[in-house]
Order: sequence, then C-alpha cells, then structure tokens
Amino acid sequence: MSEGLLQVQDIEVRYGAIRALKGVSFEVYEGEVVALLGANGAGKTTTQKTVSGMLQPAIGQILFDGERIDGIPAHKLISMGICHVPEGRRVFPRMTVHENLEMGAFRFKRPDAQLLEHVLELFPRLRERIKQHAGTLSGGEQQMLAIGRALMGKPRLLLLDEPSMGLAPLIVKQIFDIVREINSSGVTVLIVEQNAAQALALANRGYVLETGEIVLTGTGRELLADDRVRAAYLGEEIAAVS
Amino acid sequence: MNYLILGITRGSMYALIALGYTLVYGVLQLINFAHSEVFMSGAFGSYAIVHLLVGDGKATPSWAVPFILIAGILSGAITAAVIAWLLERVAYRPLRRRGAPKLAFLISAIGASFFLSQLAGKLFGRLTSNSFPEFFDQNAVIFRPFGAEVRVLQIVIVASAVLMMIFLDRLVSVTKLGRSIRAISEDAPTAALMGIDIDKTISRTFIIGGLLGGAAGFLFGLNFSFGNTMGFIPGVKAFAAAVLGGIGNIRGAMIGGLLLGIVENLVPLVNIDTKWTDVVAFVVLVLVLMFRPTGILGERLGRAA
Ligand SMILES: Nc1ncnc2c1ncn2[C@@H]1O[C@H](COP(=O)(O)OP(=O)(O)O)[C@@H](O)[C@H]1O
Ligand SMILES: [Mg+2]
Repeated sequence: MSEGLLQVQDIEVRYGAIRALKGVSFEVYEGEVVALLGANGAGKTTTQKTVSGMLQPAIGQILFDGERIDGIPAHKLISMGICHVPEGRRVFPRMTVHENLEMGAFRFKRPDAQLLEHVLELFPRLRERIKQHAGTLSGGEQQMLAIGRALMGKPRLLLLDEPSMGLAPLIVKQIFDIVREINSSGVTVLIVEQNAAQALALANRGYVLETGEIVLTGTGRELLADDRVRAAYLGEEIAAVS
Repeated sequence: MNYLILGITRGSMYALIALGYTLVYGVLQLINFAHSEVFMSGAFGSYAIVHLLVGDGKATPSWAVPFILIAGILSGAITAAVIAWLLERVAYRPLRRRGAPKLAFLISAIGASFFLSQLAGKLFGRLTSNSFPEFFDQNAVIFRPFGAEVRVLQIVIVASAVLMMIFLDRLVSVTKLGRSIRAISEDAPTAALMGIDIDKTISRTFIIGGLLGGAAGFLFGLNFSFGNTMGFIPGVKAFAAAVLGGIGNIRGAMIGGLLLGIVENLVPLVNIDTKWTDVVAFVVLVLVLMFRPTGILGERLGRAA
C-alpha cells in the first residue's frame, strides 16, 4: 500500500485554552486535489497553518514524504516544497507585483526566470501590472498574485485557503481552472473552501470538518451527492448564487 | 549660512541615530528606547580604541589621521552593534517568545537603558566632559561658500553619514537581507511562509541599527564632550526625527534627521535665545504631526493593508 505524500495523524491544535482541532487525521496522495470543507470556524485555516508550520500541534504528528515535519517552523518547511497561499491572500502591499513574485522564490539563490515567465503566462493580468504595487490590485488580481507567488517557490504541495473568498463568479471560475491546470502539471493540492460545489467539482476527495473534528469523508462525487453536505453547504450556496 | 552648515552637520548625526529607531520599528512595531544607549556605547567604544592608538593625540602624523578616523568609526560601529545585538537577545527576544504586551517591552527597554548607562559610568567614570584626543586640527576651515565657514570636522561628519545612508539605502532595496526586512515590516507571518527566518532578520536589523548609531556616537564624540548620560538628548531628538519622517520609513528617518538639525540651528537667526533650541525643535515636530500624523513620508506605512 502506498503512503500519502501528506499524512496528518490525530493532531490537536490549541489557541491558549481553546482546542481548535481535536484529533484531526487525513491523508493527501501525490497528484491529488483534496478539499477541506466546513463552516466558518470549523478549523480549516488552523489545519492548513499547522501543515505549513505556522502553528504547531500540541498532540499528534504530520508526515510529508514519509518524514516527520511537525515541530519544523514555516520558514524551513518551504524548502521541502510546501507552499501556502494564506487566507486573505496576504500579498505584500507596498512591494510591486514583480517583487512579490520574487519573494515567493526567496528560498532559492535567485528566482527562476523561466518559471517567472510561466507564471506570467498563467496570469496575463499580472504581466500587465508587473510594476504596480500589489496593494493597488483588485481582489481577484491579488489572489492570482498570491497563487503565482506560491508557484515561484516550486511547490510539491500547494495549500490554498479559500481562494474564492469575496470574488465575482467569473473570476472564481478562472481561478479554479488555473488550479486544475497547476494540478495537472504535477502539483498536489490541498484546498480549503466554503464554496463546496466548486471545490468538490475539482477535488478527487474531500473531508468535512465540524468544530475541530472530521465528520465526513469521501470522493468529490460522493460528497456532492451526500444529503448532509447538500443541506449544510450547498443549500447555502444555491441560495447565495441565485 | 553658518547656521545651516551647523544644522546639516548635526542633522546628519540625528539621521544616523533615527535610522536605528525606524529600522527596529519596521520589523517589531516597537520603539527601542534603549537605542540612545546603543549610540552612547559607540562613543565610548571608539574612544577606547582611538585613545589606545594616539594617546593624547599631539604626536599624530597627518598621514595617519584618515586611518584613525576610519578606525574610530569602525570601532564605534562595532561596539554599538554588539550591544544592540545583545540587547535584542536579552531584553526583547524572551518577551517576544512569550507574546508579552507592549508595555513589558517598554519597561525592559528602560531597564536596559539604565543598565548600559550605569555600566559605562562604572567603566569610564561619570564625567560628562570626556573628549577625544585632538589628533587633527578639527577646526581648520576648508572652504568658504557664500562667506560661511566649512570646517574639516563638519566635512568628516557629513561625508561619513551620507556614505552610510547611501549604503543602507542600497542594502535595503537590493539585497536579500533588505528584502527580508521589508517583507517582515509589511507582514511577518507571510514573510515566514516565503522562507524568511524572522528571528535571524530581527537580529540583523538590530545589528545594522547599532552600526549606524555607533558610528554616530563616534562622530558626536569628536564634535562635543560626552559622558555616560550623553545618549538621552540626542536619542530623544533622533526618535523625534524618526517620527517626523514617518516611523518605519527609512528615507523618512534621513529626511527627518536633517530637517530637525537644520530647524533647531536656525533658532538664533530669528532672535530666539539658543536656550530655546530644544523647545523650538519639538514645537516644529508637534506642528508637523498635527497636519501629517503619519510623518512626512509616513503615508505609505500607515496604510499597510
Ligand atoms: N488566533 C486565534 N486565537 C484564538 N482562537 C482562534 C484563533 N484563530 C482561530 N481561532 C478559533 O479556532 C477555531 C477555528 O478557526 P479557523 O481555523 O480559522 O476556522 P475556519 O478556517 O474553518 O473558518 C475558531 O473557533 C476560531 O475562533
Ligand atoms: Mg478560515
């Protein structure tokens, strides 16, 4: 039996006295897109931050490519190829688009020029705005920049935290198309979404989090068909879209 | 004219010190109130070395003067950099680890300030009138633009300050360390996600601030008599200069320092007794902040998204 590229085993994460994750386990196989779903406050962001080393689990362990990575701080984890596009995009507002992309390649001696070209082909809008300060971009452009910046770090595992948040449906579709393209070029993706329909259409498998625990798992298709998922997440969405 | 030259001279020292406040503020959102003692330690460190090199200075051959000046700047800068590095390790990092409130940092800074100032008093005596040996004719007039007098020492001070500021400006905009400092100033957690080691960068930021402040300590010591409590007034003024320029903004600190130096030296021109110099300097500060609360160049910083 093959092992997952990422194995999260029974982790508990606390903010002071608050237990945000209460024993979460899941796996992501090489080449997959896995979706983490759940309502606001369920612990999705906390899970991703723990995988990328921004938070450390109090209990449990995390393996990447068979190696223990819990306890390793974020700035060292990126050199293993774990690149995180954080919630809220978090581009550097007073740096230009170009400088932001170079920041993504900080772990290398110098940014890969060919890769930069590739990223700008993926996001032509960024090329148009290459000299602009990132703070002047629209939300959708900032999201593209945040993803482009992560790609400059040559990810093996790309963590995306609500890339569709606050964006117009047309832009969301573009971004999901690009995520699909990134995945088909061999990058494994762990995506957090409230936009369950879109995420599950893209994902091979999904996990549903509820107040710090995984309550449901299955393939994208299974979860899309699951009554509980439909009631909890898709119902809201259909209402929101129409 | 003479007053303007005095102002530029003094302002360039303020600017060097102000850079230390502003750099540290950028990465920690914290005013390092012990920076005035970092500056002071630079004066004493260089004093020890220069004294060792030239004794009372009378027998110094003129060819050696530039080398001694360089040795003075370097020894001041290095002493202060070591002190600044230690300061961060001992007074700030443990608090940062525990997520202590800002007030704890302030108290820690005040404690460190007293400690350093008293330590210097213990080591070098509590005179306020130390001065460097006269190893060259500081007051020789080099040239006279518009009837004013430009002296050797003034040229030494302004030239070395300008050189260091150009160097810093390049460092921040071009090197990876500079990029790290900027990234942390904008968004520290995200900077870590890019692979930037925050602790290491903060350490190095203190070191750079110390280098500049220590060099200023040497230049100040050449110009004025000094003692273990010398840091306070220039420290407060440089801090004011950093705020004036927009705290966290590097070019702002340079401009703020120069401006403050010039303004306070123009005081005698408008028939105000020089006793009021400091008051005038701070009135200007308050006026500027009333109209531009984020400082002259502070707009970009204040609006960080
Ligand atoms: N910095 C924090 N301090 C304290 N509690 C937090 C912090 N961040 C998140 N939480 C809490 O942890 C839980 C999970 O939050 P989060 O992971 O952000 O959820 P999600 O991303 O699924 O919306 C929530 O109850 C939230 O209030
Ligand atoms: Mg979240």
